[in-house]
Amino acid sequence: MATPQDISKPATTPEVAIRRRPLRASSAPPVPEIMKQGGLAPWLYLLPALLVMSFFIVYPMINTIGLSFLNKNGTASAATTCRAEQPCWGVFENYRYALTAEFNTSSPGAFWNSFWSSSYGNTIKWIFVMVVGTVSVGLGFAVLADRVKYEALAKAILFMPMAISFVGAGVIWKFVYDYGTGQKQIGLLNSIITSLGGHPVAWLSTTPINTYMIILVGIWIWSGFCMTILAAALKSVPDEILEAARVDGATEWTVFWRIMVPIILPTITVVVTTMVINVLKLFDLVYVMTGGNFQTDVIANRMYTEMYKNFNVGRGTAIAVVLVLAIIPFIYFNVRRFMEQEATR
Amino acid sequence: MKKDQINKLLNRIPTHVIIILTMIIWIIPTVGLLVTSLRPPEAVRNTGWWTVFSPKNASGPYAQYCAECHGADGKAIPQADLSNPEVVAKYPRSLQLLALLRKNINGQPHMGNHPLPSAQEAAEIAAYLKQGEQSSSQFSLNNYVDALVGYRGENTYQADCAAGTQPPDLHCNMSDILNSRGMGRAFINSLLVTIPATLLPILFAAFAGYAFAWLDFKGRFLLFALLVGLQVVPLQMTLVPISRFYAQVGLNGTFLGVWLFHTGFGMPYAIYLMRNFLGTLPKDLFESAYLDGASHWTAFRQLVIPLALPAIASLGIFQFLWVWNDLLVSLVFLGGTTPVMTYQISNMVTSLGSGWQVLTAAAFLSMLLPMIVFFSLQRYFVRGMLAGAVKG
Repeated sequence: MATPQDISKPATTPEVAIRRRPLRASSAPPVPEIMKQGGLAPWLYLLPALLVMSFFIVYPMINTIGLSFLNKNGTASAATTCRAEQPCWGVFENYRYALTAEFNTSSPGAFWNSFWSSSYGNTIKWIFVMVVGTVSVGLGFAVLADRVKYEALAKAILFMPMAISFVGAGVIWKFVYDYGTGQKQIGLLNSIITSLGGHPVAWLSTTPINTYMIILVGIWIWSGFCMTILAAALKSVPDEILEAARVDGATEWTVFWRIMVPIILPTITVVVTTMVINVLKLFDLVYVMTGGNFQTDVIANRMYTEMYKNFNVGRGTAIAVVLVLAIIPFIYFNVRRFMEQEATR
Repeated sequence: MKKDQINKLLNRIPTHVIIILTMIIWIIPTVGLLVTSLRPPEAVRNTGWWTVFSPKNASGPYAQYCAECHGADGKAIPQADLSNPEVVAKYPRSLQLLALLRKNINGQPHMGNHPLPSAQEAAEIAAYLKQGEQSSSQFSLNNYVDALVGYRGENTYQADCAAGTQPPDLHCNMSDILNSRGMGRAFINSLLVTIPATLLPILFAAFAGYAFAWLDFKGRFLLFALLVGLQVVPLQMTLVPISRFYAQVGLNGTFLGVWLFHTGFGMPYAIYLMRNFLGTLPKDLFESAYLDGASHWTAFRQLVIPLALPAIASLGIFQFLWVWNDLLVSLVFLGGTTPVMTYQISNMVTSLGSGWQVLTAAAFLSMLLPMIVFFSLQRYFVRGMLAGAVKG
């Protein structure tokens, strides 16, 4: 597997000869004996970083949790916003709003429908479709591009959207999805459909396809990312194993599923978790393409709407906390993976 | 042997087809954006961008009466080239056109056995020919000028300025490039945000990465594990308290506020990358340096910084693209007072104030610098991504 350590080694620098020496195996990163003095110096080097991090990440996180129990302006407990005759969770009132306000609980059927058009339902759709889409496009392309001469060009093209902002990508695809009137279609997709005799579709305002159309843009952006990381992992699969299997008469399909995939499975897991985290945080695309209208809202955009359009600090922060709760398993996963890597250094 | 080679070639065809198709699908939306940004507004509103690649199709009365002899593009008869603006200019209206059609050419009636078009149809033909004249100058950079100065009118900036009918916020001189609604100003703002917000994290991360990799202190491992966890904390979790704090101390809408925020938020990933890279440097190097009496500071300045240049490059590109492409932070902390490019574009999209031609030009302008950075330094970008694999 391609661990960050061996990839981050630069291939071409003047110091290559020195750096290529095998590192001695030890349980912790090597510190020269002469350095084992502790003291103040290390903390001086850490000081600027620790200061900005505590101020801009750690302190705000704690503060956000506190604010999520307060009212609209952060001046009184959230319980004071409860209305008579209405359901109320007391000090957790903002969480009641964050977790239940989008749902229609009058009947199981209505609940089901409202769930899948809520920001939660949409985020789940995003996670599944986006992860499956990006990983399969990325993996498929990595395997196939390996066999052609124009590999570098092909990969650069697939990877290019990573350099474009979500806003830029939103404009690009809004234009592809443009919905004109009658025969006058300047959007590529509708033009193809009308020229084949079909009826044009308002891709971004027709529920439920609109969410999937935005997810496609996400796949367009992130497939290159998955492809690059998976391609690096594939390159580390020993050729001898693949050749041995082929000599034994295994088809390419079998080689792929029975040898390549199992070997790079750890990398696939990393890519999947990274993608899930990215999707959970995703805000810009939805904001630019639909603004969360037409039932395309996702958790991250809903948080922005509550906070900076409705100016409700309590509700906005409560949604942010829900978002971070959804991410905690991945934080755990990340730290555990790091521990394992350290153990094998 | 030869049969084998042919078989091998045939087996590879599906691979090529899939790859090339995917490449086409991936690149076409961006090509559409670029082509549209170069077309005149009228053309953008009426026809798809791909029509610029297809030969002109005759339509309406022109197709009925003229296309048979003059050709769909009007170029079939060299002596009477209808795509030539000078020829067309002689017949601006139906009257002149009908007079010409009634005349004989080389003793034969102009229209042969066909009936003459009606006055209404002749007028449409004349209009059609004039339109063809316009599209002969199909591409221009007008949309980019409009986007740069923030022109939002029906015409183009240059045409309005020539006619003296420009909007009140434009002065038709160089000062327009700094118009607060324009992409020119936004470009400068983006640069002012991005450069310090890229350099500051690199500097801090180099310090901290050195400490984590080569200095011994209590809680080193635990602190670093915490840092790994912090990498995935969503931006949303920290926005509210910081913007409330900024409002109190007057940092809202200032560059300093955004620099500091990006620095703080980019820190965990930057340190992670730096420490992992510096950790791969050979131990003997530091040992001999310290034995020679070098201090931490000398080792840092003369060993770490020069050797870490590849990692600094990776990190720099990453942070640059991240800050340049960011919308959320600039939306919250800068907003409309000091608009950056992403903000300006998202505003144009959501307010629907301007046409596609200006929007596409603006979007392309914002993509220009990242694209250059990306294609020239792709190697470092990929390396940084592989080493981190968690930043998003």
